[in-house]
Amino acid sequence: MTMQTRFAGRAWTFGDDISTDHIIAGRYLGSMDLKSLAEHAMENVDPAFAKKVRPGDVLVAGMNFGCGSSREQAPVALKGLGLACVVAETFARIFYRNSINIGFPVIECPGLRARVKEGDLISVDLDVGDVVLPSGDRVAFEPLPPNLMEILKAGGLVPKLRAELAAKAS
Amino acid sequence: MPGMTLSERILARASGNTSVRTGQIVDGHVDLLYMHEMLALAIKPFEEIGVGRIWDPSRCVVTIDHWVPPPNEQIARMHQAIREFCWAHGIERFHDLGDHGIIHQLVVERGYVHPGMLVIGSDSHTNMAGAMGAFAAGIGVTETAAVMATGKLWLKVPETLDVRIEGRLAARTGAKDVILKVIQTTGDDGAAYKAVEFHGDTVRGFPMNERFVLSNMTTEMGAKAGMIPADATTGRYLASLGLESMALDADPDAHYLKTFDVDVGGMGPQVACPNNPANVKPIEDVAGTKIDVAFVGSCTNARIEDLRATAEILKGEKVSPRVRMIITPASQAIYRMAMKERLVDVFMDAGATFTSSTCGPCFGGHMGVLAPKEVCISSTNRNYPGRMGSPESQVYLGSPYTVAASALHGEITDPRGA
Repeated sequence: MTMQTRFAGRAWTFGDDISTDHIIAGRYLGSMDLKSLAEHAMENVDPAFAKKVRPGDVLVAGMNFGCGSSREQAPVALKGLGLACVVAETFARIFYRNSINIGFPVIECPGLRARVKEGDLISVDLDVGDVVLPSGDRVAFEPLPPNLMEILKAGGLVPKLRAELAAKAS
Repeated sequence: MPGMTLSERILARASGNTSVRTGQIVDGHVDLLYMHEMLALAIKPFEEIGVGRIWDPSRCVVTIDHWVPPPNEQIARMHQAIREFCWAHGIERFHDLGDHGIIHQLVVERGYVHPGMLVIGSDSHTNMAGAMGAFAAGIGVTETAAVMATGKLWLKVPETLDVRIEGRLAARTGAKDVILKVIQTTGDDGAAYKAVEFHGDTVRGFPMNERFVLSNMTTEMGAKAGMIPADATTGRYLASLGLESMALDADPDAHYLKTFDVDVGGMGPQVACPNNPANVKPIEDVAGTKIDVAFVGSCTNARIEDLRATAEILKGEKVSPRVRMIITPASQAIYRMAMKERLVDVFMDAGATFTSSTCGPCFGGHMGVLAPKEVCISSTNRNYPGRMGSPESQVYLGSPYTVAASALHGEITDPRGA
């Protein structure tokens, strides 16, 4: 499966320490349904967020994005909104793993947040490892390590393991 | 060969290596996989992987804890799916309603966690099991499915922070106050991607129930694991369950990324203020803040010792008429102990309510969700916006002593004077 590794979209900006409680509230944890979770994404921060986002938009955040619980509904809700990826200064570890595991790109790009305004049209290249700003300036980031890129390009951990199992059987 | 930290020693063993270095990516073979309601959501991806059977059902533990008993049909269906899955796949250590507990408490009180194990749980507070000298880390739904299918997961060997805690605490001050102080020192991402090891006289002197609190809230430092060397205290805990133990510590020449020396000599109670667990202040700075709800519960602070501390303050007193107090034990076993010790009488005489064991109120799930504008003092672990209910509610985190003293006075109160 080939996955898109270049994106261009409008930026939605957030600050530091956006927790999983911000991203999707505890009252919605009974389900993993992409669409219904997406409707409530970021509701505790901005109740209108889900309505404003367009597919292909990019979320740009500060330090420690996704801190808090292990709830995978957090990246599922953001992916469900059609966001192309999240670019943050740093991520909390379980949110980071969960995102990769569902095939949702997350990128650590130190120094980017301060240079992006809400609504900026930015582009992200996962293979090269850079973000292009409206001014044309480039901000480089360390591309994902090969083992994570492999999961992402397979569309997530489940399709990757399924394919490995099928290859072994044949 | 250079010395290894506790996590390096365990990850080397669990990945079949004689040694590992930080930054190395290894396949860790899981000794114990434990799961709560997130298992219901992991069934579909598990079936999609297509292995058909669990790698080793004898290494799995399952309970229900987030919503117990089920508050609505959606959750009842989740519990039903879990039950049927455990029966179909031969998971014998399935602790259903009646035998349930908050999973982090359940796995230690049943003696499922031993020093040196690689423990993986479907919940962020899995770090708590690190107090047994294990490497214990949380994962999400998809990865839970993958571990059930393969018995392993990739782990980047983390750098380790050495947190050394020394000093004798003030009265009615304990591990909760200490860990809040540590989180204030490191920040809520100070240990991101890293393992934490606790050392120092204060830690050595803590019994297991206090050590669990330290490891539990390394999650609020962003840590991958929060470990305490296994020693005679760990051994006595396991011996009380009829189990053998072994001592386990880091090598004397282990390399730490950074050492934090935290002097808690004479330190009194600490409180984390809205809306971040690192926003910690000494109780003197927040005393007098009006509260509406007081909650003693969660994997962090609802063991029998926490309920005894709560009862010590409430005995013969009345909860303020403007305050609702909810007390929720961390497991059914603790519920029964609280009854036998007549702590439940103390709680009810004081006007508090005592509930079945569940995570419920801590994450705004059920059994004590906050309304807009309500202020809660809670023995739990997080206070991000909307954590316990309405995004307009506010949560202060403190010890069971602090929660109980505040419940009596209707405002945040120093338990040393209560």
